[in-house]
Amino acid sequence: MYISNQKAGLSKERISYLKRTKLRKISIFVVQILLLAGFFAVWEICADLKMIDSFITSQPSRILKTFANLSSNDLLLHLGVTCYETIVGFLLGACMGTLTAVILWWSPYISKVCEPFLVVLNSLPKIALGPIIIIWVGAGTNAIIVMALAISLIVTVLEMLNGFMHTEQEKIKMVQTFGATRRQIFTKVIFPSNLSTLFNSLKINIGLSLVGVIAGEFLVSKAGLGYLIVYGGQVFKLDLVMTSVIILSVVAALLYEGVVLLERLVNKCINHTGA
Amino acid sequence: MNDMLVLKHISEKYQDKTGEVEALKDINLSIRRGEFISIVGPSGCGKSTLLSIISGLLKPTSGEIYIAGEPINGISDKVGYMLQKDNLLEWRTIYKNVILGLEIRHMLTKENIAYVTELLKTYGLFEFKDKYPAQLSGGMRQRAALIRTLATRPKLLLLDEAFSALDYQTRLAVSQDVYQILKKENQTSVMVSHDIPEAISMADRVVVLTRRPGMVKSIYETTFDMEEREPLKTRKMPEFSTYFNTIWSDLDVHL
Repeated sequence: MYISNQKAGLSKERISYLKRTKLRKISIFVVQILLLAGFFAVWEICADLKMIDSFITSQPSRILKTFANLSSNDLLLHLGVTCYETIVGFLLGACMGTLTAVILWWSPYISKVCEPFLVVLNSLPKIALGPIIIIWVGAGTNAIIVMALAISLIVTVLEMLNGFMHTEQEKIKMVQTFGATRRQIFTKVIFPSNLSTLFNSLKINIGLSLVGVIAGEFLVSKAGLGYLIVYGGQVFKLDLVMTSVIILSVVAALLYEGVVLLERLVNKCINHTGA
Repeated sequence: MNDMLVLKHISEKYQDKTGEVEALKDINLSIRRGEFISIVGPSGCGKSTLLSIISGLLKPTSGEIYIAGEPINGISDKVGYMLQKDNLLEWRTIYKNVILGLEIRHMLTKENIAYVTELLKTYGLFEFKDKYPAQLSGGMRQRAALIRTLATRPKLLLLDEAFSALDYQTRLAVSQDVYQILKKENQTSVMVSHDIPEAISMADRVVVLTRRPGMVKSIYETTFDMEEREPLKTRKMPEFSTYFNTIWSDLDVHL
C-alpha cells in the first residue's frame, strides 16, 4: 500500500534514512553509557587523589564493597520489605483510587460535592499526616503502606475521574441511542477508552508509592531501604547511604518498567489498533 | 395508517443559566413508510434538537410523537440513530462493533446474528469483520456504522449530519452508497443536513425550518425525471437547481 518494506524494493534514500536513524539511536545509547561510566570514574579518581573527602562523598569502590557486604548479610530482607510495602501500597492506591473515581463519575452530584475536598487533599503534603498515621495504625509496616496509599490515592482519583469525564461525548451518545444503561456506558465505552489513562496513572503511582514508602520508612521502620538510608546517615556511614540510594534507583526503574511491561501485555491482548 | 412517524405540536424550550431559549415551536410532520426526509434550516434552528427529540434522548417541552402508530416516551428500540462521526470503538473488531447495539439491548439471538452476517455480506464488509476500525477507510467505517444501526432493525432511521465528518469526495460517494442501502432495505429515514445539495439529492421530501424558534416553513417533494434515482446523478438534472434556488431563498440567509 505504501512503500514496500522488502529489502530489494528499498530506494537509496530509504536505506540512508534507515541507517541515519539507527546510527542516531546507537550514538545516544553510547553517550548515555559513557556519561554514567565517566561520572563514576571521575568520582573514584577524585576520591583516590583526595580531591574530595570520601568520608563524606563515599566512593564507587567502597560502594561496591558495601554492596557485597550487604548482599551476604540482609540486603534481600531490606529489598523485600521495601518492595512489599511499595507494591501493596501501589495496588491498594490503584484499586481504591479507580473505584472512587468510578463512584464520582457515576454521580455527578457527589462529584461536585467532593470537589473542594479533593482539591485540598490533593495539595496537602501527605507527609504531614505521618504522625497521625503512626498513631492510628501503629508504628510498623502498616503505617508505611498507609503512607504510600495516602500519597498515591488522591492523584489516582483525580487522574482517572478526569479521564472518565473527557471520554468522547459522541461515543457516549452513540451507545445511549441504543438505550444503554449507565453501567453499560461505563463498561462498553468509558472504561475501555480509558485504559491508557489507567496505565498513565499507574506509571505515576508506582513512583509516588515508592516516595510514600521511603518517607514512611524514614519515620518509622526496622527494615527497608529507607531504614538503611536513615540509619546510615545517623551513624555517618555514607557508604551505606550511597549504596542504598543506588539500589533504590534501580528498584524504582525496575518497578516502573514492570508497569510498562504490563501495559504492553494488556494492549497486546485486547487492543490491536493499527496492527 | 401508513405513516411511520407522526409529530404533533412539538415544542422545545431550553433552560440554562443565561435564560430560556425557544428552540422549536409547534412542529407538525408526518412521514410515510419507506420515505426519506431531509430537514434543512439556518444554523441554530433546532434541526439536531428535533432529531434528539424524535430519538427520545430529549423530552419535548410539549407535543406528541408516534412511531408506527405508537406514542413514544423516552429512548425507543424502534429508532436507529446515525451521528456525525462513525463512532466505531477502536478496541473492538468490525464484527464486535456492528453487534454493539444488539449487545446493549440484549438481543444477540441467532436470528439477529444471521441478519448481521447477511448485512455484512451484502454490503461488502464480511471479509473485514475481524479487522479493527483503524484499518478501514472512512467510507467503509461509515458503512460499518450504518450496519451497526440497521442490525437492530429500526423502524425509523435518524441521520444527524451523518456525513459531515468525511471529506468532500468520500462524502459524495458515501451518501450515494448509504442512499442505495436504505432504499434497498426500504428504510424510513429522517436526515438533518446543512448541505442543501445533499438534502435535495437524497430526499423524497425536503423540510425547511425557519430561524429560531424552528417552525416548518415549507416542504418540497423532490422528484426527478429518471428511471432509478441515484443521488449523484440528480445533481446534474435540470430540476436540481430549481429546487436549490427555491430552498435557498426559503432559508433567507443574510451575512
